[in-house]
Amino acid sequence: MSDKLKDLLQNGPVAINIGIFDFAETLKSQGAEVVHLNWNPPAGGDPELIELLDQLL
Amino acid sequence: MATGAQPSSDIKQKIESANAEAVKRINAAEPVLVDIAPAREVIPGLGNRMILHSGPPVDWQNMCGAQRGGMIGAVLFENWAGSVDEASRLLENGTIQFEPTHHHQSVGPMAGTISPSMPVWVVENRTFGNRAFCRQVEGRQQFGDYSDSALEGLRQWRDIWAPSLRKGLLQMGGLELKPIIAKALTMGDELHNRPVAASSLFANALACPMIEAGVGRDDLLSTLNYITKHELLFLGLSMASGKASVDPAAGIEYSTVVVAMARNGTEFGIRVSGLGEEWFTASSPRVNGLYFPGYTEKDAGADMGDSAITETAGWGGLVLAGATGILGLVGGTPEEALAYSKEMRQITVTTSSNYRMPVFGFKGAPLGIDIRKVVQTGITPIIDTAIAHRNPGYSIIGAGLVRAPLECFKKALLRFGRKYGIAEPIKGSISPPFGKGR
Repeated sequence: MSDKLKDLLQNGPVAINIGIFDFAETLKSQGAEVVHLNWNPPAGGDPELIELLDQLL
Repeated sequence: MATGAQPSSDIKQKIESANAEAVKRINAAEPVLVDIAPAREVIPGLGNRMILHSGPPVDWQNMCGAQRGGMIGAVLFENWAGSVDEASRLLENGTIQFEPTHHHQSVGPMAGTISPSMPVWVVENRTFGNRAFCRQVEGRQQFGDYSDSALEGLRQWRDIWAPSLRKGLLQMGGLELKPIIAKALTMGDELHNRPVAASSLFANALACPMIEAGVGRDDLLSTLNYITKHELLFLGLSMASGKASVDPAAGIEYSTVVVAMARNGTEFGIRVSGLGEEWFTASSPRVNGLYFPGYTEKDAGADMGDSAITETAGWGGLVLAGATGILGLVGGTPEEALAYSKEMRQITVTTSSNYRMPVFGFKGAPLGIDIRKVVQTGITPIIDTAIAHRNPGYSIIGAGLVRAPLECFKKALLRFGRKYGIAEPIKGSISPPFGKGR
């Protein structure tokens, strides 16, 4: 068993939460260690605007 | 790719060059107060029976309550009608014309009403020779209060304060505003809702010249009392300075820099340098704010006024981190204000080479709102502003923070794509995870 796997089993995972902040808060409230990354899909996920931005930015 | 579409790399380069030129022009601006004159004498195209209003174009039927109140007040102030009902009729039947301030090189706070006999600040951008105009800032008629006591403030401005200041200003040969603005930004001002330091600096600058110009004792005392106690006095000057500074950046082909943000209480509109004079609009948002005793958010009208020209120029909400004293009026915490100003750097082209923020180690204020970055990030400009009542006849009822609607920027970006021959996107061609509904 690798050291990393041992560490995971003994100390539990560290979660990386991307996007919706409430998910990070929920995990934290359960005692989990969470790193939150503030992220939104470009242009709110609108495909027309994403394609346009690809050509402009 | 659609016929006539340009290679993506070419257009990106053209946009970068155009935007660099736009912010270069804004940075190079040298706003100077050169006169304080009746609007009819200085504002191009202002008709004899015309009132200018804030925001994008709007007709009487769709005009919000506070702006209607401001218009009625202006009609009464000009003595074009003897009653509120008569004033409303003249406005409704088209006897009195009204047009947006921005269509006349002007800006106006809240309802933004500028009528022919109102003295306006005349600010000249000495670098480019263009002029911009803004009316007096006060807390009553511009919010829709048309009572006689509210109009008395306009009359005193017209008959005593503006003429006295004009004499002093002409005595000193004009007043450079850039040093005042730069200094005020290091003194806790953001030049929108908090121009306290700038107002004091302005009062200091005009006091002696008014005496030297021979302003009579009574008028002098009245004017000194006015300018030394009016904490929002400089807002009219920062608005005119913002307009004079940003206007030369308009009309640059391929530029995606915002050159106007303005609201009429019904719609929020933006103009973009490379898209001519077209307005891109969305419904005016609600302001998240604090209210004066006796009022709640149920009384509030939607966001209104041309004062967002200060944010367009890189002040106001964009530099909120340096003006935490304003938070007692508009709400929020210093940490939030810091976060707002950091966030604004994500949607701007550059930082100001003139206007610096001590809180960020004297780095320049965010400058040049870019519609591409706004749409990409979903971060919209933050504006700190006052709140008017939803009905005509009221003075200021509160102040707060508001975000420009994302919809304006999306519409502008789509128009930009069409104007400059960008290939029409193929619906549904985007791969997951960005596709709609995923």
